Amino acid sequence: MATSAARAAERGAAGSGEIPAETQLRIYETMVLARRLSERLLQLQRAGIVPLAVPCDGHEAIQVGSALAMPRERTIVYPYYRSLAAVLAYGMTPLDLVLGFYAKRDDPSTGGHQMPGHYSRRDLNIVTTSSVVGTQLVHAAGAAYAAKVRKSGQVAITYIGEGGTSEGDFHEALNFAAIHKLPVLFVVENNQYAISVPLTKQMAVANVADRAAAYGMPGVIVDGNDAEACYLATRDAVARALAGDGPTLLEAKTYRLAPHTSDDDDRGYRPLEEIAMWRRERDPVPRFAATLEARGLLDEAGTAAIAARVRAAIDDATARAEASPDPDPADIHIPVFSTPEVPGRTQ
Amino acid sequence: MPELTYRNALRAALTEEMARDESVVLLGEDIGVYGGTHLITQGLLDRFGAKRVIDTPIAEGGFTGAAIGMAMLGLRPVVEMMTWNFSFLASDQIIQNAAKLRYFSGGQVGVPIVIRGPNGGGVQLSAQHTHSLENLYGHFPGLKVVSPVTPYDVKGMMLTAIRDPDPVIFLEAGALYGTKGEVPEEEYTVPFGKARVAREGKDVTLISYGRQVNLLLRVAERLATEEDVQAEVIDLRSIRPFDEETIVASVKKTNRAVAVQEQWRFFGVASEVAAVIQERAFDYLDAPVERVSGAEVPAPYARNLEEAAFPSEQQVIDAAHRVLYREG
Ligand SMILES: Cc1ncc(C[n+]2csc(CCOP(=O)(O)OP(=O)(O)O)c2C)c(N)n1
Ligand SMILES: [Mg+2]
Repeated sequence: MATSAARAAERGAAGSGEIPAETQLRIYETMVLARRLSERLLQLQRAGIVPLAVPCDGHEAIQVGSALAMPRERTIVYPYYRSLAAVLAYGMTPLDLVLGFYAKRDDPSTGGHQMPGHYSRRDLNIVTTSSVVGTQLVHAAGAAYAAKVRKSGQVAITYIGEGGTSEGDFHEALNFAAIHKLPVLFVVENNQYAISVPLTKQMAVANVADRAAAYGMPGVIVDGNDAEACYLATRDAVARALAGDGPTLLEAKTYRLAPHTSDDDDRGYRPLEEIAMWRRERDPVPRFAATLEARGLLDEAGTAAIAARVRAAIDDATARAEASPDPDPADIHIPVFSTPEVPGRTQ
Repeated sequence: MPELTYRNALRAALTEEMARDESVVLLGEDIGVYGGTHLITQGLLDRFGAKRVIDTPIAEGGFTGAAIGMAMLGLRPVVEMMTWNFSFLASDQIIQNAAKLRYFSGGQVGVPIVIRGPNGGGVQLSAQHTHSLENLYGHFPGLKVVSPVTPYDVKGMMLTAIRDPDPVIFLEAGALYGTKGEVPEEEYTVPFGKARVAREGKDVTLISYGRQVNLLLRVAERLATEEDVQAEVIDLRSIRPFDEETIVASVKKTNRAVAVQEQWRFFGVASEVAAVIQERAFDYLDAPVERVSGAEVPAPYARNLEEAAFPSEQQVIDAAHRVLYREG
């Protein structure tokens, strides 16, 4: 029987090394942008202006830390609905995202066809995913297989919540990826709840990462509220993937600071004190700010400048999205098929 | 008679059956403390305990299969699909197992399971949350498929469903959970396989089920007040077993029919309605049967696109005009 130390070794240690100062600041600014945009979208929903918001509050460190550790030009991204911060870090703009929440014609993700939060931009290799949880993992494994066959030098990364790992697709994706030693990272953002269902009702193991051993890949656990640790763990996993050593399961322990979506009232299933504690003591955004301050990389003026830039970017995105046109119902059949023909008789 | 919402009528049915029959258990995602994402099971965990109200992992194939196992061994599980759209992940268990076990075991094993949840669109959640699956599940022998629209029927049919010895696909009108209607306090059941004449008329028969029945009632009201056309509205309620008699009797009276469905035109329930009418009432028809269906696209998200994707009052009125030769 493996000792816990042996198991930890099998799992692989969380990453080490240094991050360039410039990158550290970029991580921080992107985290702030994500938080403020997520908050703004929830406000817009509460005001009845957009139909739905899907907050990422609390998940910024793992999302931005992992994204900025990826080799951008060579990365194929399969996000999930909570990946607002990640897709900003991968290059989508606040306007791209806000257009989606307004369901506007020029929404680059879907043009008003799919729900918001299903991020997609072909030119950035951010690939749309399903509302049905888990399916993106098998797609990411397939994309990594294609990259391997085509010797494109690409690496795939995909994201999911811990609840989603109960679906068969999670297991099937990891198994397939491990058999073929595919260049893919599976990032699990374990925020301890799947809507209202706590971890203990989702799985009997303490860590999602423990399952990695059963498929034959390292399972790495990282503090998902520590941006630096998330960055470094991702960088190590990418190195493995690009060296041909196969996939990694990266579990980030974190906490959702906002409701599941704007449709959710989270007060009924989580103690208010629990939410308050995470906000007070473990919020990844002020935590990383404190780290940067301690290192002399950030001061009060720097923080204020970032806050001002972020506010201006979000105000601008919101104003422009608001003024942009709705989809045209005359184009409703485009693009169901590659050619815009309607099958059969129209009504 | 007291008025209840569709949601509360459903909950009342579950509560009464659970109180009456200890073998009834509920399974689904977020149905415990949360009371279900549509609040159908609110309060049931407190009342009946965690052994009978089971919060499942997010694994539709797994918990539906487990429920089938429970049903084989004497329990009566009622499985909640957070939306019917997620049942595709459980469709092997439903279609390949639940629907076939009685037949393939030579009658030795029955599967008294109910699978329920919101079905259809109208709440701006786009295609992967919007499918209307009557025709899909109605296709397979071994499954009973119902789609009630009134609070009265939803309660009465849920009691019938739970007591039924075979698997029941219970498709709720998700957009109508908040709508009200009269529901008696005393116990009653509504049988499967009996359509309901929701409004009587002599000039044209309008046929649908689920949420679209309300659309037909609005259309019938407009036809009556604006044009003095008396439309008869038939609510199928039950897709399998399918009540041919009520449709045929109505068309023999009106000689004209429009079948309406939220689904797509090809291979839909409306096609079945049209086929039954031409088989059994051909000589009575004064015009070809018309179908009104959803647009041939995955249901889109943007409000204006979503509205364009589902049957509208005007489309149904136009179809009625065509069968009445009142065009233009
Ligand atoms: C197959 C499927 N079942 C259920 C749902 C409904 N649903 C959407 S998100 C969610 C919870 C997912 O929780 P988790 O994976 O932990 O991610 P989190 O939202 O916590 O980030 C559920 C049950 C779905 N979208 N797809
Ligand atoms: Mg979660």
